[in-house]
Amino acid sequence: MSYKYFPHTEDDMRDMLKVCGVKSLDDLYAEIPDDIQFKREYDLPSTMSEAEVRKFFKNLGEKNKSLTCFTGAGCYDHYTPAVINYILQRSEFLTSYTPYQAEISQGTLQYIFEFQSMMAELTGMEVSNASMYDGPTATAEAMMMSVAHARKRNKVLASSTLNPNILRVLETYAKFHGVELERIAEKDGVTDKADFETKVANGDVAGVIVASPNYYGALEDYTGWADSCHAKKTLFIMNCNASTLGAIKTPGEWDADVAVGDAQSLGIPMCFGGPYVGYMCTRKSLIRKMPGRVVGATADADGQRAFVLTLQAREQHIRREKATSNICSNQSLMALFVTIYLSVMGKKGLQEVNELSYSGAHYLADELCATGKFAMAHNQPFLNEFAVKTTVDISLLQKKFIEAGIFGGLKIAEDTLLFCVTEMRSKEEIDLLVNIVKQL
Amino acid sequence: MNNRYYGKLIFELSKPGRIGYSLPCNHCDTHHLAEIPEQLKRKQAANLPEVDELTVVRHYTNMSNNNFGVDTGFYPLGSCTMKYNPKINEEICNLPEFTSLHPLQPDCTIQGALEVYYNVQKSLAEMAGLSEFTLNPFAGAHGELTGLMTMRTYHMKRGDLKRTKVIVPDSAHGTNPASAAVCGLEVVEVKSTPEGTIDVEDLKPLLDDTIAGIMMTNPNTLGIFEKEIPEIAKLVHACGGLLYYDGANLNPLLGKCRPGDMGFDIMHINLHKTFSTPHGGGGPGSGPIGVRAGLEKYLPNPRVRKTDEGKFMVDSDENSLGTISGFLGNFAVVLRAYAYILTLGKENVKMVGPLATLNANYVKESLKSHYLLPIEGICKHEFVFDGLIDKSTDVTTLDVAKRLLDYGFHAPTIYFPMLFHQALMIEPTENESKETLDEFIAIMKKIAEEAISDPDNVKSAPHNTPVRRLDDTLAAKHPIVTYAEMLNDTPSDEL
Repeated sequence: MSYKYFPHTEDDMRDMLKVCGVKSLDDLYAEIPDDIQFKREYDLPSTMSEAEVRKFFKNLGEKNKSLTCFTGAGCYDHYTPAVINYILQRSEFLTSYTPYQAEISQGTLQYIFEFQSMMAELTGMEVSNASMYDGPTATAEAMMMSVAHARKRNKVLASSTLNPNILRVLETYAKFHGVELERIAEKDGVTDKADFETKVANGDVAGVIVASPNYYGALEDYTGWADSCHAKKTLFIMNCNASTLGAIKTPGEWDADVAVGDAQSLGIPMCFGGPYVGYMCTRKSLIRKMPGRVVGATADADGQRAFVLTLQAREQHIRREKATSNICSNQSLMALFVTIYLSVMGKKGLQEVNELSYSGAHYLADELCATGKFAMAHNQPFLNEFAVKTTVDISLLQKKFIEAGIFGGLKIAEDTLLFCVTEMRSKEEIDLLVNIVKQL
Repeated sequence: MNNRYYGKLIFELSKPGRIGYSLPCNHCDTHHLAEIPEQLKRKQAANLPEVDELTVVRHYTNMSNNNFGVDTGFYPLGSCTMKYNPKINEEICNLPEFTSLHPLQPDCTIQGALEVYYNVQKSLAEMAGLSEFTLNPFAGAHGELTGLMTMRTYHMKRGDLKRTKVIVPDSAHGTNPASAAVCGLEVVEVKSTPEGTIDVEDLKPLLDDTIAGIMMTNPNTLGIFEKEIPEIAKLVHACGGLLYYDGANLNPLLGKCRPGDMGFDIMHINLHKTFSTPHGGGGPGSGPIGVRAGLEKYLPNPRVRKTDEGKFMVDSDENSLGTISGFLGNFAVVLRAYAYILTLGKENVKMVGPLATLNANYVKESLKSHYLLPIEGICKHEFVFDGLIDKSTDVTTLDVAKRLLDYGFHAPTIYFPMLFHQALMIEPTENESKETLDEFIAIMKKIAEEAISDPDNVKSAPHNTPVRRLDDTLAAKHPIVTYAEMLNDTPSDEL
């Protein structure tokens, strides 16, 4: 029964079974009641050779259609520098686990420390954790963190301009965790400030969750919002697409208490929805309320600077049912991805990505509106994503787009499409899309 | 792994003016970022490193040399199933035909991806003995939470609102009670017998109409099969509760026993344990959950289904517990698991459990002369020693673990489960050869002898690693978690 993943020879098995004091492999399962033992063969395909596996997935891959992407809505097609995947495949990173044994895990610990440092810089916050699963679950963790912080309050406000995927995840976590989740209304594509002020003034709100850019791509003005929250001891939580923070006002600059979101936009391939990586940053004063793993600097027995998992007293394996969260494995390798991305792109690259995206998105918006078939859905500043209303038959238009190999916008209402343009889109690609609209 | 420490941070290699990227020219430059209203602009550029490409590559390559992975050497970390991560899986999950897909593309353009997702759901259901799976949860703990949400939804939809407690054994993984708390359930602990299994007599009085269910792993965290499981299932079902199976310890049962056949109603599987996907330094994992017939409609949205015409589609169900992920989970991890299942095929999947169990028992029997085995008998994929037999020295489990690092092995899981003070939890997997196990056994015996002949050397281990034992207390009392804090030496929250 030789097989490439099993090194056991017949002789090995015989010797080992003898040491174990049994005669056969079946004897190792003797204590399992007979009627719950699995006696037949699994209904699964037969083993495939490596070449057959390659061919199988090549055939499956051909059933997909790669499209020129003009859609964001929580997943963005950005440039991935070649060095990232090359380093990510280093098995010293890939095949290790949570750095419990710090002496032989400095590689992992060190990149997590760099990740935390970079995310804190990017969000303008003081501290960061080692990563969350994705943007929506990171936002849900922030919601629960605000309730735990407030102790006796269980109400959280969430803006209606958050991505519906985030809102759905918030609603689900809220329902089970006993959080009363209330929406703040939207007005002309941004969060309604009057509604916010009224609701937060009650003094029974643990946290307020808003986004910028929001679902429609609008950059929201939160002047004064943090002050209104803080006057009522409410946490101000901001969800931001990580890439845009290279250009737009940061949660730190808005005086937010918690910054969360998805960092997929930092070059992570779209990969049909995952893996991505969520981030969470906060104030120093809230670090012990923050969920997830944290790496800190310390010294070894020789006084050498080195890194360890720290503040573990907050975590599930110590606190069990009293932990700040149940998160255990997170998205460590994707945190490494983002760390390398931000190292390569550096101070200037991220600004340039935003500049290119801004120019491309505004060019597309102008050209679409110039056809007379589209009009901006809201009169708000935006960066790389925007919503437009249209008089054309959206399903017909989308069909034409697909035929031309374009994923042209997401339908978010009967007459509204959400478009996104990143630095990946050339002027020729944008012109091609606009020509399809013109010909319709 | 390299024992020379590379301790630089990327920030320390930065020099203003250097770049490591190339971007296209701006051909649509009628509008510029500068147009953004002043009050919405970032005022100060993020202090990110400025480095050239080679510097980045060398930095992370040197850093990786200070890391130990399964590809480096034996990694017997109990409850983590550090099996070999086949390389073909990496090739498959990086195919551009999958990595270039936007998750919201129309169904007609993602048929291949949906077929992968659907077939993995089906394959897991077959191996679990359950009806249907979702692959949306991102990790084991996320699967537990989603599974408990399914359990609560089942009770709530029946109008049975009193069921707010969940029973968790005292030997359970820490995520179990934490997931229960996040899900709004009260945790009730059930005791273990001296043999390490659930005390059925202690369980009985806990069962009433406030119990939503029980969370168990089988084999349990001591590696012992809970052979009373048919009785436990009968009792829990009789009181109206459901059984949740924590799939962290599924590996030894592949080919031999299915959770659904044992009476479990809901379970998660860690694809990064049982199905060979790499642990990645702590994720991304994947924690699919499966349910028995009748509970499918409560699974989280979105769902992937097959139509009568054989097409695949993304769908949602109004009875669903809700949504727990942005999209459809960690798809690249699912691709790897599928490649693994197809590579093994039905002929080899069934050997995984028996060979993992053989390896564990072989190591256990070979070492019980030197290490204290609190519970005799056949174990499954893992087992727990309560430290050294000879307690006359003050060499602890921590010291043994650290000394193992000197000899080129990863340490076992230590101080878990908490049933034993000096727990040392060892899980070799089916991929390890007799030679590797023999080498590990010899070193473990040598350390036991060193504990008597030269205890100080063991207590001050490791000696041959990139860094020596670290000051955990300093890190926690004086937390420095970013480079900016390090520069200013201003801890996050001094105690």
